Amino acid sequence: MTNQRDWPLWEVFIRSRAGLDHKHCGSVHAPDATLALQAARDVYTRRQEGVSIWVVRADQIVASDPADKAALFDPMADKIYRHPTFYALPDEVNHL
Amino acid sequence: MYTQSMDVPSDEVSASPALSDAEASATFDARCARGEFIEAKDWMPAPYRQTLVRQISQHAHSEIVGMLPEGNWLTRAPSLKRKTILLAKVQDEGGHGLYLYAAAETLGTSRDDLIAALHSGRAKYSSIFNYPTPTWADIGVIGWLVDGAAIMNQVPLCRCSYGPYARAMIRICREESFHQRQGFDLLHTLMQGTAAQQAMVQDAVNRWWWPVLMMFGPPDQDSPHAETSVKWGIKRISNDDLRQKFVDAIVEQAAVLGVTLPDPGLKWNAARGAHDFSPIDWTEFWQVVNGHGPCNRERLAARVAAYDEGAWVREAALAYADKQAARQAAAVTPATERRSPP
Repeated sequence: MTNQRDWPLWEVFIRSRAGLDHKHCGSVHAPDATLALQAARDVYTRRQEGVSIWVVRADQIVASDPADKAALFDPMADKIYRHPTFYALPDEVNHL
Repeated sequence: MYTQSMDVPSDEVSASPALSDAEASATFDARCARGEFIEAKDWMPAPYRQTLVRQISQHAHSEIVGMLPEGNWLTRAPSLKRKTILLAKVQDEGGHGLYLYAAAETLGTSRDDLIAALHSGRAKYSSIFNYPTPTWADIGVIGWLVDGAAIMNQVPLCRCSYGPYARAMIRICREESFHQRQGFDLLHTLMQGTAAQQAMVQDAVNRWWWPVLMMFGPPDQDSPHAETSVKWGIKRISNDDLRQKFVDAIVEQAAVLGVTLPDPGLKWNAARGAHDFSPIDWTEFWQVVNGHGPCNRERLAARVAAYDEGAWVREAALAYADKQAARQAAAVTPATERRSPP
């Protein structure tokens, strides 16, 4: 045998129905994009779970580092004025 | 879909967390105690990772090997309806195996390594699939009892602390209910049939009952990894508690079906509010786990043959992908550098 390397990994995203976002649901191994789509269809939509599939090479995804979680996301914790519930309005207009 | 061997010990796992990073370890334990999910790139103690790789890959292998006893009946199903149902079920088992391999790979192991571990006999799979399926009623009993036991085992895993595993389990449990119901339906149909068909169902129940009870794993006092698995939120309910819950549920279903369960010691205990049942022969369990069940060699040989005989397909697909990639690379080079049009 001349070529035994592992097929690359693809992340699979499915739009469950029109109007919704594609959502990550798992991954498949496939040698190319066409077969990755085919495998994703066979593995993740056996019961009409989707109307559209994206596959993305896993090694092409850039992700934030969990170690940076505090630096990236904690600064938003004290900015409660960004939420509508921060504002106490008179009862008559509190539906705003 | 079928887990069992969650507590089957293996050489490569040590029971205590690494001491090198005591602080990270304490933070991690606290996260688990708060019921937080752990994700793939989060820090985790080495034994947590090892336990999960072992458990998830055993689980994946069980799904894949689990296709074999049922696949045995695909060409012999008694009607087109039963054949299409069985095909869908076997396809689900393959799918479940793939969800789980993908979850195991998030822990930094490769698909090739996982499969090599199965094929070399290093990795375990559920002992239940080392029993034969000589009659059509066996297919019904696998759905009713084997998948029923699996569901009992798997529902708590939907809340497992490791996110990718928990998400795969949610997907699997959603599909598993079909497996159990079609099994009961198959047996129920046979029970409306001739005396010979009814006897076939009873015979199958008699053969599967004890191996199915073993699917929940060794008794709690003999489960070496249970304590840390509970602490880390990998295991939520003990083997014996799950087994008891299963027996209590099945007694009623067996009555509806009109079969008896092959245990003279099985009776309602009003004081406990549960059924008592006879002791399990754990010698048989360990024999099967350690490779000496009725079909261990046949199952593994079938997996290895399928993999080896598919090698040329994997190779050809890679060669084609490489050729297409090379052509695409050539097409995007500037026109002046092109040699001749394709």
